[in-house]
Amino acid sequence: MQMLFVLAIPCYMFSSAGYFAYLFIQRSLLQKIALGLLLAGFVCQTVVIAWMFVVSGHMPVNNLNETLSLVAWTLVGTFLGLHIRLPVKVLGLYVAPLAMFLLLVAVQFPRELIQPQNLLKGFWLVVHIITIFVGDAAFALACGVGVLYLLQERSIKRKTPGFFFKRLPSLELLDNTGYACVVVGFTLLTIGLITGMVYAKNVWGRMWSWDPKEVWSAITWIFYAALLHERLTVGWRGRRAAIMAIAGFGVLLFTFFGVNFLLKGHHGQFTRW
Amino acid sequence: MQDIILIGLNHKSASVSVRECLAFSDQEARSALVELRARKIVDEAMLFSTCNRVELLMAAKENETAIAEAKVFLANFKQISLTDFEDALYLYRGDDAVRHVFRVAASLDSLVVGEPQILGQIKSAYRAATEEKTSGVVLNRLLHRTFFVAKRIRSDTGIGDHAVSISYAAIELGRKIFGDLSGKKVLLIGAGEMAELAVEHLMRNRSGKIHVANRTFERGVALADHYNGMPIRFEEVPDYLGKVDIVISSTGARDFVVRKPHVKAVMRERRNRPIFFIDIAVPRDIDPDINSLNNVYVYDIDDLKGVIDENMEDRNREAVKAERIIDEAVIHFRQWYQNLGVVPTIKALRGKVGAMARDEVQKTIQQLGHLSESDRQAIERMTSALVNKILHDPTRFLKSNGCQGDRSESLDLTRKLFGLDE
Repeated sequence: MQMLFVLAIPCYMFSSAGYFAYLFIQRSLLQKIALGLLLAGFVCQTVVIAWMFVVSGHMPVNNLNETLSLVAWTLVGTFLGLHIRLPVKVLGLYVAPLAMFLLLVAVQFPRELIQPQNLLKGFWLVVHIITIFVGDAAFALACGVGVLYLLQERSIKRKTPGFFFKRLPSLELLDNTGYACVVVGFTLLTIGLITGMVYAKNVWGRMWSWDPKEVWSAITWIFYAALLHERLTVGWRGRRAAIMAIAGFGVLLFTFFGVNFLLKGHHGQFTRW
Repeated sequence: MQDIILIGLNHKSASVSVRECLAFSDQEARSALVELRARKIVDEAMLFSTCNRVELLMAAKENETAIAEAKVFLANFKQISLTDFEDALYLYRGDDAVRHVFRVAASLDSLVVGEPQILGQIKSAYRAATEEKTSGVVLNRLLHRTFFVAKRIRSDTGIGDHAVSISYAAIELGRKIFGDLSGKKVLLIGAGEMAELAVEHLMRNRSGKIHVANRTFERGVALADHYNGMPIRFEEVPDYLGKVDIVISSTGARDFVVRKPHVKAVMRERRNRPIFFIDIAVPRDIDPDINSLNNVYVYDIDDLKGVIDENMEDRNREAVKAERIIDEAVIHFRQWYQNLGVVPTIKALRGKVGAMARDEVQKTIQQLGHLSESDRQAIERMTSALVNKILHDPTRFLKSNGCQGDRSESLDLTRKLFGLDE
């Protein structure tokens, strides 16, 4: 299993190289190879994660090693899912290196299985973890798409179609993709928060305890809710939506990692090492 | 390869008045080919005429006489004096002629490098030559290689990528903004050749309804009828900004027709859906400051020219890659051509059959372990005698002048029959 885990790293590494080469040379074969490698890495990780789940009976988020691998896995998986409907091929250039980086960081931390408290078992918790991770991955993609949008918009506005103009897809596709990512992310985040609260009610007897993690999750949720609301009512799209998606991801990163490192509170186990 | 000759003139060597006089219609080209063949000036010929070039590609043993006679023939056929255009003619032989044909087909020699029509024009010129039976082994092979090389250059280099005309550049930008242009509503303000060209490109991309605004409503109605669109009054333009996605403007107005407040006012109604202004007018119709609004893009004619210049530079860079592909193809063609001689063909034929015989003998002898040394030698002698006997008549046929007419045809057939080029 360790071998499969390690094998995912070169998969993502060569996939990154493939996407990078694709950016410059623009051969669709390179993009296909890179996508294939990404898929191969994803399959490796899927096997590892499924095995860990079966062996221990709980989601593998008990230390930083496991958490970061799961983040990489959901990020790649969400990208592959997105690719079926909205193929923003260059986005692989963002996903593959990011997944590689996450795994490279993950292996720096010990990976022995720590026996978790029984807290981590149960249906609600599994749903909570999966929806939150996939939702966050969707927001991460929205951020990446937002960056691409800003690059492309800049080259069109400045009337100097240079390197990126030819290589990036249309503004419309980028905007729609970003929007789709935010909608998916927001839906899953909402489900994740609800299941989290149900779980908290079961375990601690109350749904809300003003824990920093809970507060920041609420802030993140409100941020994306505002973004969606503005889009649906006055049509916030394009540049502004892209900037909001990038900023929103900043808030999300703080909620996910920053709170654990700086503010403590519960959820501490998934970033310990 | 000295019998491949090309004479011709193009936009660089001859002025348009000379090119006009010498241009051949398809019908004229065909009758010229027939006459050339009848006069036995050349072995093979193909005549290629577009508005930018007239070229005669020939294969002829008697080089110098063929060139001189072909020149006179062109002058007589078009009934102009040879001195009028002789200075503009260029002459390529052998490698250079092959390279020139490749370059022309790959659109490296075109006025607009990378323009795609030229290949189709060469194809139809070649079709005329085959139908009039003036192309033979050499030109057939050369032209097939030409099409192959041109296609390869188009797919392997970016020579044909990106627009190099104003209206195409506008469409390409539209695609980068909207993704798909189908269903996008268009507003045409004023009229003009370039603006109408852009509208036609948009319609080919299945754009949506076309609104036409003109200072004189009658003219607007006529244009709208032409595009199957809807005429609107000139004063209504600001109201329609909320409804359309692409605005093409080309009026003779002295002042801006669309101003920033107009656009700002409709963005809420548009729910910030992007709008793209293409301003082809001089002086400009669209306030350039509108470009600073979110989701609004304004390109005037200079901006579009800037885009084209950049694309043109890209094409020129790609042309370097194309030249490399062509150099390679010229070498391959020369190899094929040199092999078309009698001696190399006979050599290749004997080599191939001999090798096959030796291989089979080897296999058989290995299986028959009980044979003595003298038995083995007998079998080998028998085999080589068999090879010699079989190849005796074909060799004699190729060497003699028995193959009437074009010997290269027999050589080519031999090479194909025995797969000597594989």
